Amino acid sequence: MTIAVNTEETGKKIAEAIPGSVISSDKGSLTVDSKALAQVSGFLKDTPGLEFDYLTVLTAVDYLDYFEVVYRLVSLKHNQSLIMKTRVYGRDNPAVPSVTGTWRAAYYQEREIFDLLGIKFDGHPDMRRLLLWEGFAGHPLRRDYL
Amino acid sequence: MELIRPEVFTPQEADLAEGKLINSFVENYTSPYPDPDKWLEGEIRRNIMLLPVNMAVAWARQRSIFPLIFGTACCAFEMIAASGPRFDLSRFGMDIIRFSPRQADLMLITGTITWKMATAARMIYDQMPEPKWVIAVGACAISGGTFRESYSVVPGVNSIMPVDVYVPGCPPRPEAMIHGINRLQAKIVKGTIDNPNLALK
Repeated sequence: MTIAVNTEETGKKIAEAIPGSVISSDKGSLTVDSKALAQVSGFLKDTPGLEFDYLTVLTAVDYLDYFEVVYRLVSLKHNQSLIMKTRVYGRDNPAVPSVTGTWRAAYYQEREIFDLLGIKFDGHPDMRRLLLWEGFAGHPLRRDYL
Repeated sequence: MELIRPEVFTPQEADLAEGKLINSFVENYTSPYPDPDKWLEGEIRRNIMLLPVNMAVAWARQRSIFPLIFGTACCAFEMIAASGPRFDLSRFGMDIIRFSPRQADLMLITGTITWKMATAARMIYDQMPEPKWVIAVGACAISGGTFRESYSVVPGVNSIMPVDVYVPGCPPRPEAMIHGINRLQAKIVKGTIDNPNLALK
């Protein structure tokens, strides 16, 4: 099992390096401003002591007011894990920067989230539906789908 | 039916073509095929005698069914068990389970069919030579099962192809599957040479 890192300390570290990027950091998770996502992900991957080089899960939650994209990161070198979240507001055309440049594992999971929840990932090399077919109306995992 | 040839398409174009095809399925295959036996009264069914040639051909057909494997979900394991040594489907003249639809005449739909899979299922059904029969095994194949209200599941495989025998269960026991095949054989015996699916017409 991996050990969860102290999120509050990590949040402080990130806030020092990239000012204004951390919205909140409580015991369980770290919420990041989506505009600074590319910088933060690069920071988490490359900083000595953190080195989160492996993205295990990328998922998203629909809270009706906003969508929350959840990244579960693991550092294979230090055997530790971290949960990073980012929020995106609006239901018509929500967009989050892609992290495929940092973690290649995000490629298919971002396509799946786009398919089922309709969150667009800017900078993704091939933003298409993954599971459902082209021409399917709507995004079925949204809470107002039915 | 239009074929998708991946080598001349980019992935985007192939996805668009596939999406068009699936949407045409969603629009066109909405109502179930009528049951072919429905017009027969119980009294007529009991009192009509078949011709000897028909009987001979039907008897031969009954004991030489080549089933096609089409396992899409957990019911497929019951089919595997049914064809294994313990339940031994070969007792009923089904020694050779075929993997090519061109050589098969019984399609066992074992499992959930999604709309994305429906195109493939219909294509395989169209590729099977006549005479051909279909058995829907399990709740999902019969009516969609627990996934009936889902956005991606076909509500009953009889929306996309005519079905001869329904075997209920979730999943049904191999004995139930064998019983369903026996019922199909009883149906084949009643068929004629030129119209094996419409008994006694």
